[in-house]
This record gives sequence, structure tokens and C-alpha cells, in this order.
Amino acid sequence: MSVQTLVQTQAAPATVELTYREAVREAMREAMRRDERVFLMGEDVASYGGCFAVSKGLVDEFGPERIRDTPMAESVFTGAGIGAAMNGMRPIVEIMTVNFSLLALDQILNNAATLLHMSGGQFNVPIVIRMATGAGKQLAAQHSHSLENWFAHIPGLKVLSPATVEDARGMLWPALQDPDPVLIFENPLLYNMKARLPAEGVQVDIARAKVRRVGNDVTILAYSASLFKALDAAEMLAKEGISADVIDLRVLRHLDDETYLKSIAKTHRVVIVDEGWKTGSLAAEICARIVEQAFYELDAPVERVCTAEVPLPYAKHLEEAALPSPERVVAAVKKAVSNHG
Amino acid sequence: MAELDHEHGLHLLRQMVRIRRLEDKSAELYGAQKIRGFLHLYNGEEAVAVGVIETLRPEDCVVATYREHGQALARGVSMKAIMAEMFGKQEGCSRGRGGSMHLFDASTRFYGGNAIVAGGLPLAVGLALADKMQGRSVVTCCFFGDGAVQEGEFHESMSLASLWKLPVLFVCENNLFAMGVPLERSEPVPNLAKKADAYAVPAATVNGMDVLAVETQAHKAVAHVRSGKGPYFLECITYRFRAHSMFDAELYRKKEDVERWRQQDPIVHLAGVLKERGLVTDAQIKQLEREADAQIAEAVAYADAGTLEPLEDLTRFVYSEQGAS
Repeated sequence: MSVQTLVQTQAAPATVELTYREAVREAMREAMRRDERVFLMGEDVASYGGCFAVSKGLVDEFGPERIRDTPMAESVFTGAGIGAAMNGMRPIVEIMTVNFSLLALDQILNNAATLLHMSGGQFNVPIVIRMATGAGKQLAAQHSHSLENWFAHIPGLKVLSPATVEDARGMLWPALQDPDPVLIFENPLLYNMKARLPAEGVQVDIARAKVRRVGNDVTILAYSASLFKALDAAEMLAKEGISADVIDLRVLRHLDDETYLKSIAKTHRVVIVDEGWKTGSLAAEICARIVEQAFYELDAPVERVCTAEVPLPYAKHLEEAALPSPERVVAAVKKAVSNHG
Repeated sequence: MAELDHEHGLHLLRQMVRIRRLEDKSAELYGAQKIRGFLHLYNGEEAVAVGVIETLRPEDCVVATYREHGQALARGVSMKAIMAEMFGKQEGCSRGRGGSMHLFDASTRFYGGNAIVAGGLPLAVGLALADKMQGRSVVTCCFFGDGAVQEGEFHESMSLASLWKLPVLFVCENNLFAMGVPLERSEPVPNLAKKADAYAVPAATVNGMDVLAVETQAHKAVAHVRSGKGPYFLECITYRFRAHSMFDAELYRKKEDVERWRQQDPIVHLAGVLKERGLVTDAQIKQLEREADAQIAEAVAYADAGTLEPLEDLTRFVYSEQGAS
């Protein structure tokens, strides 16, 4: 290395271009290097490399003891993660999709979320459970749903939903440091998304939402893949002279009320984008919180852009029609800003 | 394994009598509305918990079900803390957060008290996985009933524990009824130990009314598990003398059947064996009964005098109060 390059390297911190998929993989690699108690288990995580290729290659570095292929048995491998977490390990359990997690719901709700409380504070469960969520790949009604709201309903759990490559890289380590169960929802549509990050030291605050775009006329709340629909909508709206604050919720339990209420106090209008079904959705919960805490700040009714109340269909045009889109967000924003209370 | 001498015989008898007397007292206190919620009593099944837990070491883990007073006592959880728990007091072993079905005690590695049928099995597999990965020679002993065998989690847990050769002792307390449904109406293969074959798990069936037989077989099973050869399935045929819970008119079984099983009372049985061999006297048995009653009276007084957790603590223990280690 020449003296000149050395100087350049010192001047600017090293960066690296990663996909979201690689970011999750690097986060797991780093965690396993830093803490020998960390291991990964789930269906096809080792030799197959993960059904979305997230853990590809990790078995070569860490071996089959720490990158564990499990049988097709969500309940026991999730429960085993819980037991291992209570007995000195720091497991990362990967469940292929949120729809499959229903087979492990007994363990997640009746054990992971309740053991600390039922034992009067004696047994905490420091587990991280990662799973894919969301639609958009024509995978029909048993691989496409967004059920993270069900988990966000449960006291005892923390629920994260990284939308950016940076968050995918930076959320895992603090989640593993947490003494209680943390669920991380990844949308497979994001796995190929690229970004340039610092090579080391990516840190994410897993208690706070994040403002992704600053505007004055309306607040758009979104998370996961919907964030990019919200940002696209904001771009379209900017051309029409409407400026939007876009907030990435990213922490679904516990919701960071402060960040979005602060924005609403500025814009007085709000649109919530949520890939869940509208009835009983996270958008409904946030709407209720806004009404409870910021009713008099509102100049227009809260708008919600959610998924049509239908099991997600296979055909592309039907699936697209069911899901939130930038156009639907734009329409909702226009409705909100046209209403002068 | 301890020889059956005066001391060991008396110890086994004492453990079972303590459980029996605690259960009888609990039923009485339930009637007096001191204990609320669901209450599942262990009368008749004492030989299973006592015989198995006798073979464990302090560092071993125990996972039990909602009918777990016996396991908790045999494991060494304080009777006072158990009673205070059932009274809903903060001096209880789960600070009054769990009640009868959720006794927990970290100091004796007692991991509950799980009220989802078979819900404790995956947990036990995980505890054992952690021990194996950390190179510890620890056994996780998981109790469950014949009803749990009907659940998918039983299949998944036996399968994974065998596949990964995990140190789990699966103890099936087969009391012939899943609540009120008899085994032959809920299981196509009522010989439960046979199921272990399908998972390549060694198994044995033992008379769960005979604490000496249970202890002998459990000793072999624990030795197998501790040697690193993988899990073991121990089926203990037993019978519950009381109703399933306090809300059970027992319409599903005949009084004569209960009476017939009472003839095999594990406490009477052991007392008979010990007396026959000249290892204990009636006076010694009376003495240990008095001691058990005194302990229970003390536990009830302790629970009665216990305090209610302040309401401002309601939402404690949902999340940890200090960071992870």
C-alpha cells in the first residue's frame, strides 16, 4: 500500500457496499465472532444457506454446531431457542416466514413472552427471532402476510422491522444485547437493495423511530418495505408542492410515540402506511394513539393506507391491487391536505 | 444410587408424605378460598416425582407441568414459598405472578410450572441444547402427562432431542387420563413407550406407584442421558387419586376404579416394604408425618402473613430490569 493511499484511508472511514441480505449476514457474522454464545438455527440455514440466502457461507466459518439446520418443526426449534437462551446461550432463531411462525406461536407467546413475568423476574429469555414478512413476490396467501402487528400486541416482546441496509446491519447486535426476546421482521423484497455503509461500527438505536425525509405539510408513517412506497409518494408529492415528513417507525414494539407526535405537531396531518390488513392493524393502534395524545393538533382525519382485506392472491395484478402503493399514498395525502377541518 | 437403608427409605417416605399432606392441605385451603385459580393435585402420583428427582444432581434442570407441586417439593423448592405463591403473595416462589400452575425457582433450577400441555418439552430441549453446546454434564428432566404425548410438540421434541443427542430425560407420568379422556380413546398406540422407538430413543415403562422401582429405573435413565448418549423416555404408569382439578365431577371414571388404585397407594406401599424389611418403625412413620404437618402449618402461617405486591409493581417483570449479561 502506498503512502498516499494510506493517507486517504485515514482521511475517510472505510466504507463498504452491501445488500440488505449481506447486511443481515454480516451482522450475524460479527455477532458470532464477538460472542461465542451466539448461534443461528432454523430450517435450511446451513447447507442451503437460508431460504433467502441470508446465511449463505456462514456454516463454512462457524461450522454446523453454530449454524444449525433444524427439522421442519417450528415449535420445537423456537422453543429450543428459548430454553437455550434461558441457559446461557444467545440464539438467533430464523423462521422462514411469518406465516410459518404461527406454528411456533405457542412458544413465542406462552413461553418467550411470559416466562419472565410468570417466574416473578427469575428467568429472562434473551433470544432473537428473525423472520421474513410481507408480500410482493406472488407467493400467495400462505407466504405473504404481514402479521408483525400480532406480535407487537404482546407484552414481553420487542419487535423490530428494519427497512434500510443500515438498520439491517445495525439492529441485530443491540437486539442480542437485550435481555428479553426480540423479534426482527425482514421483508424479502428488500434483500437485494444496496447501500454504502461504514465498514465497521454501524450502530442503530432500537428504541427510536427515524425521520427519513423532512417536510412540513403532512406526516407519512411507514415501516419496512412500505417506507419506500412512502418515500416515492413524497417525491411525487414534492413535484406538486406538497412536502412530507416521512417517518420510518422501525420499532413496532415499543412504538416511539414521541418521534411521530413531534412531526404531527408540525404538519397537523398524518397518513399511515401499513402492509397489514386495516382491521385491528398497527395503523389502527397508531391512529388511536394520535387521537389520544394529539387530537387537537389534527387539522384533518387520520388517513390509513393498508392491504385490502383479502388473503393475498397469487396473480400479479390482484396482488398489486391489494397492497399499498405510492399512488394510494399520494391519494391519501391529497385527501388529508385538502381537508381544512 | 443410594442403598435402601433406614436413612434412604425414611427420606423417600418423608418426601412423599410431604407432598401428600401439602396436597390435602391445598385442597382444604382451596375450599376456604385461600388458594384460587386452577389447582391440580398430585395425590397418588408422588412416587414418580420423588423417585425420579432423587436421581438428579443440584446442577440438573427440571421442567414440569401445571400439576407440579410434587416436583417442586421433591426438588427442594421451599414449602413456604410454594404456599405463599398459591396465596398470591409476593413472598411466593414466583412473587405471586404464577400461582399453583407456575411455580418457578432459579436456585433449584426449577423451570416451571408450564400450563400448556407439552409446552415445556421444547423448552427442555433448549435447556439441554445449551448444556451440550457449553460442554456441561447436566441433565434436563422434563415431566409431562400422557395427554402431552398427543401433542405435536411431543413429536417435535423427541425427534430433535434424539437427532442432536441432547441430554433430556423425558418422564411421562401416564395417569391413564388426559383430563377425563381415557388413554384408549385418545391414543391409537396406548403403549406410550413404544412411541420412543420411532425416534430411536431408548425407553422403559415402570410401575409409577412404586418409588423404589421408579428410582431404580430413573437412575439407569439418568446415567444414560448424562453419559452423552442422548435422551431417554421413561414412562411411569400411575394414577391420580383426586379429580383432575377442583372443577371436575369425575363423571368419566368409576369410584371402584379409584378405590382399586388406592390399594396401590405409593406411600402405603413403601411404608409396608420398609417395615417388612425392618428399616423403619410405625413410630418413625408417625414422627415424619407429624414433622410434615408441622412444616405445612408453618408454611400456611408464612403464606397467611405474607404481603401483597404493591399495585405500582403491576407491570414489573414484563421486561428485565437490568441489562443482559
